Amino acid sequence: MANPKRRHSHARSRKRRSHDALVPPGWSLCTSCFEPKPPHRVCPHCGSYKGRQVVEVEELD
Amino acid sequence: MRHRMHGRKLGRTSAHRKAMFRNQLVALFEHERIVTTLPKAKELRPLAERMVTLARTGTLANRRRVLTMVPDKAIVRKLFDEIAPRFMERPGGYTRIVRLGRRRGDGAELAIIEFVDYVLESKEHGGESGKTSLMDRARGIFGGGKKDEAAEAAPSDETPAKAEAPAEEPEAEAAPAEPEAPAEAEAAPADEQQETSEEKPAD
Repeated sequence: MANPKRRHSHARSRKRRSHDALVPPGWSLCTSCFEPKPPHRVCPHCGSYKGRQVVEVEELD
Repeated sequence: MRHRMHGRKLGRTSAHRKAMFRNQLVALFEHERIVTTLPKAKELRPLAERMVTLARTGTLANRRRVLTMVPDKAIVRKLFDEIAPRFMERPGGYTRIVRLGRRRGDGAELAIIEFVDYVLESKEHGGESGKTSLMDRARGIFGGGKKDEAAEAAPSDETPAKAEAPAEEPEAEAAPAEPEAPAEAEAAPADEQQETSEEKPAD
């Protein structure tokens, strides 16, 4: 069976992973309520999109 | 090679897919707005628009062609008599897809597909329409702390701005202006006159 000929160092693994970093998801501000929201999506806070009320938001008391 | 690949399979056989889109067309024409996953909405849109375009020319032949995809005579009647006449002047683009975000559970991205003239009806305040409750909420903001803030900050700016450009208000206003935009769009003239007449003596 095939086996590694050489020891695989930590540095080798880590160098390979140097490009594997995750980037945080993008976000934008709602133009209606100024809460952060995912871009190009209905604002989960106020339910508006592009200045238009798209969905009713359930009030959490 | 992906040459000439078209459409999504959505994990279904062609018969299953066709049946699903038939059901979705009936639901969309019945409710004028449905929530589904984004890929399904994107696949549904050209089908729905084709049905509306056929319905705009309300011939019997077109009615029968639509019936092959919309298996509900009452809904087809509604499509031809109510929905299609609203879009006589519009050269396509009868529907809108709005992204809602990801569904908890399977992470599927949800979207609303609706006719572009869809008006959101509020479910709050019992049987009242969305118009009224949104107007009430907008009034609440104007009549409450908002007006005091405005009076303190810039009383001279506020009133003329309202009278001149009501459509630009949501952008111009500060933080909790959320319900204004739809209320303004729907009930601008009456609401606006009341607002200004209320505010002028106060200033």
